Amino acid sequence: MLLSIQGLQKSFGELTVLKDIDLDVGKGKVVTIMGPSGSGKTTLLRCLNGLEIPNQGYYQFHDGFTLDFNQKLSKKEMLQLRRKSGMVFQSYNLFPHKTALENVIEGPVVVQRKDKQSAISHAKQLLSKVGLEDKMDLYPHQLSGGQEQRVGIARALAIEPELMLFDEPTSALDPELIGEVLGVIKDLANEGWTMVVVTHEVSFAKHVSDHVIFMDGGYIVEQGNPKDVLEQPQKPRTKQFLKRILPEV
Amino acid sequence: MVEGAIKYTIPLALVSFLIGVIIALLTAVMRLSSMTIVRAPAVFYVSAIRGTPLLVQLFIVFYGLPSIGLTIAPLPSAVIAFSLNVGAYASEVIRASISSIPKGQWEAGYTVGMTYGTTLRRIILPQATRVSIPPLSNTFISLVKDTSLASLILVTELFRKAQEIAANTFDFLLLYTEAAVLYWIICFLLSIIQEIIERRLERYIAK
Repeated sequence: MLLSIQGLQKSFGELTVLKDIDLDVGKGKVVTIMGPSGSGKTTLLRCLNGLEIPNQGYYQFHDGFTLDFNQKLSKKEMLQLRRKSGMVFQSYNLFPHKTALENVIEGPVVVQRKDKQSAISHAKQLLSKVGLEDKMDLYPHQLSGGQEQRVGIARALAIEPELMLFDEPTSALDPELIGEVLGVIKDLANEGWTMVVVTHEVSFAKHVSDHVIFMDGGYIVEQGNPKDVLEQPQKPRTKQFLKRILPEV
Repeated sequence: MVEGAIKYTIPLALVSFLIGVIIALLTAVMRLSSMTIVRAPAVFYVSAIRGTPLLVQLFIVFYGLPSIGLTIAPLPSAVIAFSLNVGAYASEVIRASISSIPKGQWEAGYTVGMTYGTTLRRIILPQATRVSIPPLSNTFISLVKDTSLASLILVTELFRKAQEIAANTFDFLLLYTEAAVLYWIICFLLSIIQEIIERRLERYIAK
């Protein structure tokens, strides 16, 4: 296991949005989180890298790094948690004042203090990998949504995280641009990256992921291998949801 | 008069503005803090400066402080008063500019491993700068004109020079109009500089 989570709970004021979450993320595995909006799936993803701080819960990483959210954690521990993962946002959140290449080298050069030349050559490799070798010097506003999102993926990969997190990476895209982004994520899965993906793309979940989590009302309702959860769901809530989002055949 | 402008008005405005912006940046960051103990002094400072006339602030520094044994020469007094004044006004501009940058930019900074300070410096401020140039230019242009108040604490800047000459020649209309034109020219040049800076900073923005 790359990361093992036990008893995660998160509330915003009075409102509890995540309850009794236990989750294992295997090394090199792709975990997809599905569920209706408001089910807590994005919050769960954001808890994994500390953008949201859980109120309770226990994280154990494979390298022995542990976090106990029942106690107050230091800034240093939170920073250490954040630096374990790279994040791809629904709305890309590229730095608009930097070119594609500058977006990608920002983490390695500024945070990891890598030599600029080697960071640039690594960034060029990553941008080629996502199919943007000819767009490196363009600013985000000069790119299409799909291109922006692929820069976002390259930027997250550049810090060489142990875990890649995707928050509905294709939800803001025009339908014809979804494929190019999913294609990149699929390549990463084949390369053995450990990933947690929040998505509504059932076919992606079925064919690319190793483990599917279905959430509703802040709980994990059902989880297992994608074929079981998506083709023979056990819980009524899962059945109902899948019926609604899958086109009638 | 031109001598007064070059030797006093322009340097006084420039130095006070630069110091003021540094104070403003610090105050803005303090005001955005979630800790009351950090935020409260900044709120108090801004409220006190914005709630009192600049002329009164200037007089407190120059005429008031000597009675507690703190005598400051006219020019430094003016710099202190103007810097503190600009600091308060500009801090509101900078605070609003920082707040106008989407939360996603902070998060993107955090997720590439940055701390709060690094994200502020590398990601947020460069974007906030662009937003704050027009209102900060306003503050600067106001300041240039406000420096005429320094004539009342014996700084021989542009307007004081005009008064001195007029006292001898009685050409009030001519001399004060000439002073007005000089201020106008300075402010006109400033607005041109503002435009150049805005255009440079806008190169990465969709048109």
